[in-house]
Amino acid sequence: MPDFPTPRSDGPRIRELAEIGGRSDTRDVLAHATKQAQREYDDYFIVDIDAHVSEDHFWGEVLERIDNDVWRHIGMDQFGKFAGNNALLNIQPGMSHQSVGGRIGHQGRKEPMDGESGHPFVTAARRGMDAMGLDYQVVFPSAMLLLGMHPQDEVEVVLGRAFNRWLTEVVLRQDDRLKGMLYLPYNTPEVCEELVEKYADDEGIIGYTVCSTRNNPVHSDVYTRLYKLIEASGKPLAFHSGYHWGDPSFAQLNRFLSMHALSFTHYNQIHVTNWIINAMPERFPDIKMVWVESGLAWIPFLMQRLDHEVLMRPSEAPGLTRLPSEYMKEMWYTSQPMERTSMELLEAGMKAFNAETQLLYSSDWPHWDWDAPSTITRLPFLSEQAKRNILGLNAARVFNLPTDRRKPAATSVLQQRPGIS
Amino acid sequence: MSTGHRDVVVAGLADLRERERVVVEVDGLELGVYLHAGEVRAWHNVCPHQGGPVCQGKIMPRTIQPLRDDRKSAGPAFHPADRNIVCPWHGFEFDILTGRHPAHSGVGLRPIPVRVEGDEVIVTI
Repeated sequence: MPDFPTPRSDGPRIRELAEIGGRSDTRDVLAHATKQAQREYDDYFIVDIDAHVSEDHFWGEVLERIDNDVWRHIGMDQFGKFAGNNALLNIQPGMSHQSVGGRIGHQGRKEPMDGESGHPFVTAARRGMDAMGLDYQVVFPSAMLLLGMHPQDEVEVVLGRAFNRWLTEVVLRQDDRLKGMLYLPYNTPEVCEELVEKYADDEGIIGYTVCSTRNNPVHSDVYTRLYKLIEASGKPLAFHSGYHWGDPSFAQLNRFLSMHALSFTHYNQIHVTNWIINAMPERFPDIKMVWVESGLAWIPFLMQRLDHEVLMRPSEAPGLTRLPSEYMKEMWYTSQPMERTSMELLEAGMKAFNAETQLLYSSDWPHWDWDAPSTITRLPFLSEQAKRNILGLNAARVFNLPTDRRKPAATSVLQQRPGIS
Repeated sequence: MSTGHRDVVVAGLADLRERERVVVEVDGLELGVYLHAGEVRAWHNVCPHQGGPVCQGKIMPRTIQPLRDDRKSAGPAFHPADRNIVCPWHGFEFDILTGRHPAHSGVGLRPIPVRVEGDEVIVTI
């Protein structure tokens, strides 16, 4: 501790603030966000559509739920011997640069949970929701986002099944402010169908996830029955983007910065293009499509690009009755990582896809490039109603969530950690 | 409550010299005080990016891109003297002495007047 002068009754109140690292309490890391909530949006209804469940931190819990004896044996053997939290997965640990060489501690964080009951992820998530002022948070996997590129389809199937069991049986049951999107092992359509039917009535599951980092053509007829089931369920289908160092498209990139900038828009651009040009919105008009974690800058680019092409080559998009941009205006997009170095471009882009009704706030917490709710409340060109829509009311409509307040007051959250953050 | 400026002792110089950085809250105002290359600086603990607790992050040498005589890359290297403040929220970096982002001179930390008298580090807030 510094050598502060002996306190006097009329002297200033001075307290030291600790360095923030990987073992800091989530409430301390996010104390500034809580103060932003206190000042700016404590009365908003807020739904975070994309956060992460950090399943790789609890990978043994997932592996032990594999329903195939051989794959469970191989997974647990790898887990205990050499692969640990990467057992059976296709991520490359040496290529994991998200924390910027350890500069950003909340990427991969492990905070102590002394004296807390319940699952440690749920405790951490609750702290994060309270600190950011969230009423609900939808959680996606992290390491499993790359499974679409796994060379063994059956591994995606067994891990997908095990993850869905872990998510619904362990995580979502402990806090109904946490919601999940079912992992679909999209390389094996018939298993996706089986899972959609199996979890149709699970209260924690509010939609379905395809991890975008894969080469499957989304318009393939192999998915027809799956899309019919999803359409009938009324729950949205989300494509969550990602990256993959093994993709030849990115073989020339030598920095994670470059990979992140391009890959997270690349995969969703391909899937949106295939979805529209093959007239999927005409064939499945009631599927609510949500595009996750690609930021926003790509959306107006793709709208204009596809409109331009379809006008010249309508014979190659014969199922369309409108321009691609019109279909894209009816889809939903999550906000993070929201590019905002130019407010003029951001405002024009948001106007292009009707952000007031189509944009869903997302944090991506606890990943390195997360966005606080203040990224929305501080946009100078949005109306008060637009901010409320984007931060929660649009999500309530898409995911059929009640809009009653679920979070504690920001003031009380700050009072729980006096003198620490 | 007074609205005028006042001087507050926030650290001892010997302690700051040993620790390189002290982050404190003074009556609700958060600030970081740094000692580097014999210079003392104080910055608001608010990142210009999203408002993160910038002074509570790591201190890192600035990463540079040296070139060989033939202009080929010599690979990344740590600068031998410059030190950066790294915001723990998103990794924005700022030079300890100038408060400036290495890639954008228009992005920087807000300074707080600071001086040393004897062994006392004093900020004016």
